[in-house]
Amino acid sequence: MPAVQETVEQVRLIDVDQYKYGFVTDIESEKAPKGLSEDTIRFISAKKSEPEWMLAWRLEAYKRWLTMREPTWARVSYPKIDYQDLYYYSAPKRNALASLDEVDPEILRTYEKLGIPLKEQEILAGVRKQGEPSKLDDDEMTVGEARGRVAVDAVFDSVSVATTFKEELKKAGVIFMPMSEAVREHPDLVKKYLGSVVPTSDNFFATLNSAVFSDGSFVYVPPGVRCPMELSTYFRINEANTGQFERTLIIADKGAYVSYLEGCTAPMRDENQLHAAVVELVALDDAEIKYSTVQNWYPGDANGKGGIFNFVTKRGDCRGARSKISWTQVETGSAITWKYPSCILRGDNSRGEFYSIAISNGHQQVDSGTKMIHLGKNTVSRIISKGIAAGKSNNTYRGLVSAHRKATGARNFTNCDSLLIGNKCGAHTVPYIEAKNSSATFEHEATTSKISEDMLFYCQSRGMSAEEATALVVNGFVKDVLQQLPMEFAVEAQKLISISLEGSVG
Amino acid sequence: MNADVRTMKTPAEQALSAAFAATRDTLPGKGAVAALRADAFATFETRGLPHRRVEEWKYTDLRALMRDLYPLAAPPDAAAKARAKDAGKLLAGIDCRRLVFADGAFVPEQSDLTPEQGLSIASLAEALAKGDAATAAQLGKTFPTDDVAVALNAALMGDGAVIRIAAGAEIKRPIHLVFAAGADKPSSSFIRSLIVVEKGAKATIIEDHESGAAQVNAALELVVGDEAQVDYFKLTQARALHVASLLATIGAKAQFRSFAFTRDSSVVRNQNFIRFTGEHAHGGIRGVSLLRGKEHVDTTLLIEHAAVHCESREQFRAVLDDESHSVFQGKIVVAPHAQKTDAKMMTRALLLSDEAEADNKPELEIFADDVVCGHGATAGALDPGLKFYLMSRGITDKEAEALLIQAFIGETVEEIAHEGIRAALMDAAVAWLGARK
Repeated sequence: MPAVQETVEQVRLIDVDQYKYGFVTDIESEKAPKGLSEDTIRFISAKKSEPEWMLAWRLEAYKRWLTMREPTWARVSYPKIDYQDLYYYSAPKRNALASLDEVDPEILRTYEKLGIPLKEQEILAGVRKQGEPSKLDDDEMTVGEARGRVAVDAVFDSVSVATTFKEELKKAGVIFMPMSEAVREHPDLVKKYLGSVVPTSDNFFATLNSAVFSDGSFVYVPPGVRCPMELSTYFRINEANTGQFERTLIIADKGAYVSYLEGCTAPMRDENQLHAAVVELVALDDAEIKYSTVQNWYPGDANGKGGIFNFVTKRGDCRGARSKISWTQVETGSAITWKYPSCILRGDNSRGEFYSIAISNGHQQVDSGTKMIHLGKNTVSRIISKGIAAGKSNNTYRGLVSAHRKATGARNFTNCDSLLIGNKCGAHTVPYIEAKNSSATFEHEATTSKISEDMLFYCQSRGMSAEEATALVVNGFVKDVLQQLPMEFAVEAQKLISISLEGSVG
Repeated sequence: MNADVRTMKTPAEQALSAAFAATRDTLPGKGAVAALRADAFATFETRGLPHRRVEEWKYTDLRALMRDLYPLAAPPDAAAKARAKDAGKLLAGIDCRRLVFADGAFVPEQSDLTPEQGLSIASLAEALAKGDAATAAQLGKTFPTDDVAVALNAALMGDGAVIRIAAGAEIKRPIHLVFAAGADKPSSSFIRSLIVVEKGAKATIIEDHESGAAQVNAALELVVGDEAQVDYFKLTQARALHVASLLATIGAKAQFRSFAFTRDSSVVRNQNFIRFTGEHAHGGIRGVSLLRGKEHVDTTLLIEHAAVHCESREQFRAVLDDESHSVFQGKIVVAPHAQKTDAKMMTRALLLSDEAEADNKPELEIFADDVVCGHGATAGALDPGLKFYLMSRGITDKEAEALLIQAFIGETVEEIAHEGIRAALMDAAVAWLGARK
């Protein structure tokens, strides 16, 4: 079945030439010299007043990186990246972090334009989304009421420019601060967990990140604490020729809960910019981490010129028994996406979830999916992935589910559907299913015929056509995925809700 | 991470190079065929044996599995031919046209060469030696691929069957190609067969390998013409490295059904490259693998839908006991213009032991927007609920398991149209189950 008209129009709304966040903030910035060398790393480390051990860690990673080669197995193609033709560090010059009032007003305006106000009183007053009226917002609840409060860490190029609600979080015992501050203030925690999920030698891009990472968020939720508000980081690349290499580390101690959101945008530029982030999540016994992303980097123009290369390593470690990590992602931006948020289900009875909607347009290339590695007993994982390819894009789901010898009673359910709009794009599914334990039960399906006959019959018996009934049922299902997103991000995701996946193929 | 770094040549790679250097002047075929061999060998020289960094061979690391190359098989002597005589017993009860190959070489005296309207049979070595133009023209053209196993086969191919079924001919008896081990010491053979089924013809072809302790690299080029109907079986029992490639094209409105049955084999890789080239064709590609001990069976499919309105069904089952390892990699590619394609792939692995490993990779690559494609994959143990039900009716533990396993593979075996072959394969599966400890 071809896609229904409604879907085609919805996807058109977020086509590459409709990119709304492509403006540039004119601001003076300070950069590291172009290129990558030990000196660049020393420069970054010095800028951040890092302790010696951190610099040593970075240099070690850099040495290793020099011996590694770029991976080629993903279904993406791009011109060779010249790693010496990049700025690895760029920070706004006026960057006094003592209080929000001192942040460069230009930066505040940028975030306002992006719909991310940084002033706490504004957030409390519900003054959000000023710069971006959207007809899709119309039927929503009044913005301020609907959303709870969100603590925001705003990362502008290589540095964090503001972090909100720090004090209030501190009262609850939650540590939420830029990574560079955490390195100085909580070295023990950072030393203990940094690189424990994604080791410095993990892969080419992760190793590069380990050497040159700039800012990102550090979150520690102490035992038994339910984080009182949503935490979020908003990443903005502004400067030209600059790569962004943020590093995020989230630790939920025993019985803790935290929900974390990530958003990102970048200006329209003709050249490709590199974004190679590493995100590490650690969930100890009974802890739960919910990580949501709305990825909206600049995707390049209609001819495929420019756009962000999004080469990201995200991994969560369910280290404790009964822990849970859930990834939700809505991927619409980036020229190239290479991203596999994964769960290592180490603790017995732990649980991993992955919900993804990836939409590609123009010349975008998406190679994304997840890895669910079952190590502990009775571990459960669930993968729901929806890919929509339009224009001349290629959209690949690549996912690994594996159960190791000792993972008795492991269970996985995977469902991935993809939909093509037009015949110049491609949709691909590459699941890897590795079972090494007989009591592991793995089910992978990628069909449209899996819609319950009963539901269809019920709808049809009430006078709907088969197509309407299918659309209704499938839409209900997509909504299910989107509902995994916290309310705070629902607005951006709202645009996608009405996309019907009718006519989708495996 | 890259595959382009070639370190040292392994002993097997060195032996393959030496074997080609030693035999290239004596291998059958001149001119275009010799050029094909040289090209194919160059592919191997640059790429080496595939290893786990090569995506298509990820789970079957040929470089590690192929420690050495056994000496190329000598032409079978009387004793070797005598040993080959008993092979292919699995289908003994079925009236087939039996064509016997010992160590890859055709044995006419054991083969049924009674003439039949519309059927021509020859040996590849003979056809190439004679300079048969039609054979030379088709060879290597059916499904060009740069797969290294196919390239090695092309470089070193010795003998095989060349069968042509004329347009409209209906071959009643199944053609049973028996590839048996003859030599009493380890040897290796590179077998290439070419089967062309012309427009509207009908045939059943069985490729039956009992290769014992011999290394085998077999390739079959199969052209299924427009409106033709072909049932193809690949039966494998091999105690040394066995790599087989099917290179097939399916014409318009043709019907192609294949079934691969593998049991009691140490290391097997069955790779199928199948392209639908004409509209409204139907393909049913199925198979069952039974594994125990430390056996390793890899089924790899590349199904290309290059024409509109074609339908394909892929259905594979593996039963794994002990420390065995099964691999299924199935890739369906739908070309941009191949609208209205209907493809469904299902792979299921039944693990009877905690030491067994089943790796499944059902892959879809779709470039057309008006298609129905799906795939499913499951891996798991026997349903304890079902077993309990049977046992509560007085059936013993082992019997209950055997019944359930039989049902598991039965679903796929039942799709075989030929009653005799269906029964014979089911009997073989039951015998395999009976031998389970």
